Amino acid sequence: MGQLLILMLQGTFTSLKIFFLTLLFALPLGLLVARGRMSRHRIISSLVNIYILIMRGTPLILQLIFVYFAPYYVFGASADRFTAVIIAFVINYAAYFAEIYRGGIQSISYGQYEASSVLGFSKMHTFTHIVMPQVVKRIVPAMGNEVITLVKDTALAQTIGVAELFRVAQNAASREFSTLPIFIAGVFYFVMNSIVAKSFDLIEKKLDYYR
Amino acid sequence: MEIIKVEHVHKSFEDLTVLRDISFSVKQGEVLSIIGPSGSGKSTLLRCITNLEHVQSGSITIGGNILVSTPVGGKPVYAEHKTLQKVRLSVGLVFQNFNLFPHFSVLRNITEAQIHVLGMPKAQARKEALELLAKMGLSDKAAAYPFQLSGGQQQRVSIARALALKPQVLCFDEPTSALDPELTGEILEVIKELAAEKMTMVVVTHEMAFARDISDRVIFMDDGIIAEEGTPSEVFSNPKNERTKRFLSRFGA
Repeated sequence: MGQLLILMLQGTFTSLKIFFLTLLFALPLGLLVARGRMSRHRIISSLVNIYILIMRGTPLILQLIFVYFAPYYVFGASADRFTAVIIAFVINYAAYFAEIYRGGIQSISYGQYEASSVLGFSKMHTFTHIVMPQVVKRIVPAMGNEVITLVKDTALAQTIGVAELFRVAQNAASREFSTLPIFIAGVFYFVMNSIVAKSFDLIEKKLDYYR
Repeated sequence: MEIIKVEHVHKSFEDLTVLRDISFSVKQGEVLSIIGPSGSGKSTLLRCITNLEHVQSGSITIGGNILVSTPVGGKPVYAEHKTLQKVRLSVGLVFQNFNLFPHFSVLRNITEAQIHVLGMPKAQARKEALELLAKMGLSDKAAAYPFQLSGGQQQRVSIARALALKPQVLCFDEPTSALDPELTGEILEVIKELAAEKMTMVVVTHEMAFARDISDRVIFMDDGIIAEEGTPSEVFSNPKNERTKRFLSRFGA
């Protein structure tokens, strides 16, 4: 049992690495994608739109396989499995984050931009100091949803052979002819997501000082 | 000295012409009221002066800096960035619905531009902002957030925010239209005080009695043109234009 828990903690560590690396890259990339989607240049906005359509319109599991195997057929070599997982997760989640950002950005009233312009703020200052702080407050609930899904989606990394938590649990289950490891994994995911949910609650409370 | 000079300005939104050949000027220390029915182009005119809208032709000069000019038969040419910024800072605008920054405290709403646009040291910005708040009767609200204030208080904060940049002229776009009737008085009082201090102001308003009281000059706009222009007594007591007469009779002014 102790042995099993150690293995599962190692698996959890891999899951957490996928989780944090995905957030680290997808959160800023999503913002860039959102800007692209809202671009006044038709070509940029339609290319970005197609990208978002594909990312949201096909299964993540397929995207994982594609990112891992496609380079092999084109260049004769693949990225290592873990890198492929991170790339697939980042480009997938950036698309979802982008749409959440876009919703938030477009919900900010035009008057905020006009007041900023009249006061002489630069476009950059307006975006970083006036618009984005208000966007963050508005998108916290939607982001919470997406981040919780990410925790569970990390289980898909096993598709291309990365031994994350769920893979480790499944291996143990077949080794020991018991479903117990799978249920233990369930508890692990539940605990991680409880922490995520709690964190988002805290962020929401912290931003509660204005309306 | 002329603070605002508007010459032959035309403005249209797609097929809809909003301003037709508008020319007028505002001298230093003068209070100009712009009245007229809804859709007559009053607010659009103010938005052209504050560079929130671009004109189709004509020229606008503010505090000696050319915001836009149009060569004969050509397209309007807007000032380059540096002049544009100078013009922006020389005109303040108070919006109908305040447009305060909800995530900033009252104090920071005022100091943000002082610090980040004028480059004023924080301590000085704070001092000046607190003085402005005291003048607006809001000394106790510096730490409050906009949502905690009444509409009238929010509008006074937005006036303080505009004054903090020490503009040469302050424009008001129907500053009391979003307020409950019992709150309009406090804003009109503030504008009156500013007028007494010889602040140059352009006020778009539906408050006829107020316009008559505080203005040095009144412009009546209708359907994108200046239909009548003169001293308050000329425009209100002795209007020459039929449209002005009809408009004023509806307001019982």
